Amino acid sequence: MFVLIVGCGRVGSAIAHSMLAEGHEVSVLDEDPEAIALLDRRYSDGWEERGGRFTVGTALEIDALLAAGVDQADAFVASTDGDNTNLVVAQIAKRRFEVERVVVRVLDPHRARWYAEQGLQTVCPTQTAIELLEAAVRGQIRFEGVSG
Amino acid sequence: MYVLIVGAGKVGWNLARELIAKSHEVTVLESDPRRYAVVEEELEHSVHYGDGSELWVLERAGIERADLVIAVTGDDEDNILISQVAREKYGVSRVVARCNNPRNLEHFELLGVKPAISATDLILRLIEHEVPKYGLVHLLDLPEERLEIIELEVADDSEAAGKKVVDLGLPNGSLVISILRDGGGFVPTGESVVQANDEVLLVLDVGIEETVTELFTSRVAPAA
Repeated sequence: MFVLIVGCGRVGSAIAHSMLAEGHEVSVLDEDPEAIALLDRRYSDGWEERGGRFTVGTALEIDALLAAGVDQADAFVASTDGDNTNLVVAQIAKRRFEVERVVVRVLDPHRARWYAEQGLQTVCPTQTAIELLEAAVRGQIRFEGVSG
Repeated sequence: MYVLIVGAGKVGWNLARELIAKSHEVTVLESDPRRYAVVEEELEHSVHYGDGSELWVLERAGIERADLVIAVTGDDEDNILISQVAREKYGVSRVVARCNNPRNLEHFELLGVKPAISATDLILRLIEHEVPKYGLVHLLDLPEERLEIIELEVADDSEAAGKKVVDLGLPNGSLVISILRDGGGFVPTGESVVQANDEVLLVLDVGIEETVTELFTSRVAPAA
């Protein structure tokens, strides 16, 4: 499938890498031209040499989304560092470009919950952390090294 | 009326001032601590410190009982999100949003955030209005109502110059609402005569602009 990832930070770049390794077509959009370094560093040659795509532009620019291939995307990941940007661009992908699978990273649990109720697939790392940490504090779980 | 304004920039602060002067109850939310401190000197308890895209901040400010929410931060994403939750989560019946970048207007529309006001667009309209010889100026578009208000300058050799309003042959769905002449303006009757160089304001149904424009512009095709 064709995966478009908007926001190339720790999360976006890691997903991009996994998806490319699994043989999918992957395109990444970020406003920072330097962000490609996060993709390149995983390879001896480079991200684009391995067939990955990288476009510089902001999430809300339709031209940038189109250049990154939003109209062909089967899956869309909104993983910029702005909750509101992610929520808005995800809705654009879903409603305007009718991308079948849209997932959004939202750090604020309240906004994540409400938009999930409205039908967006949201992932809230904060909520996950809260639940894991609470369980660890209560002694219900115990993990060695890094969990999550 | 209880008005909640998100963003205490120039627009938000001045709106708050005007609304308070008109005896409305107003709360302004501002997320930048330095800006908050400046605005608080004047507005005191009417400004709250906090990020207006955090739901609990909106709730603390009483969004549920707001009659009007105005989202005027410098970020279009924030304004869209705030407007969306105001209307859809908290049931606020009237929401107005500022669109900072006119290219984002389509996102506001797509996500049902209206009216969205683009200051850049408004300034452009005013410039068109102030700069003569521009021909047709869109003063106001009401897409919901399918109406528009336009301004046209009457050309010397146009069909309309020298004719009474009643004899202009305006199509159905158009009405001359004002004639501007010699620095003043008046609301014409059917007997008023349109003169060359007048500026004429018309209200129109969407779609007949071209037919109307032809009456007021030069009959001679302009040299390319």
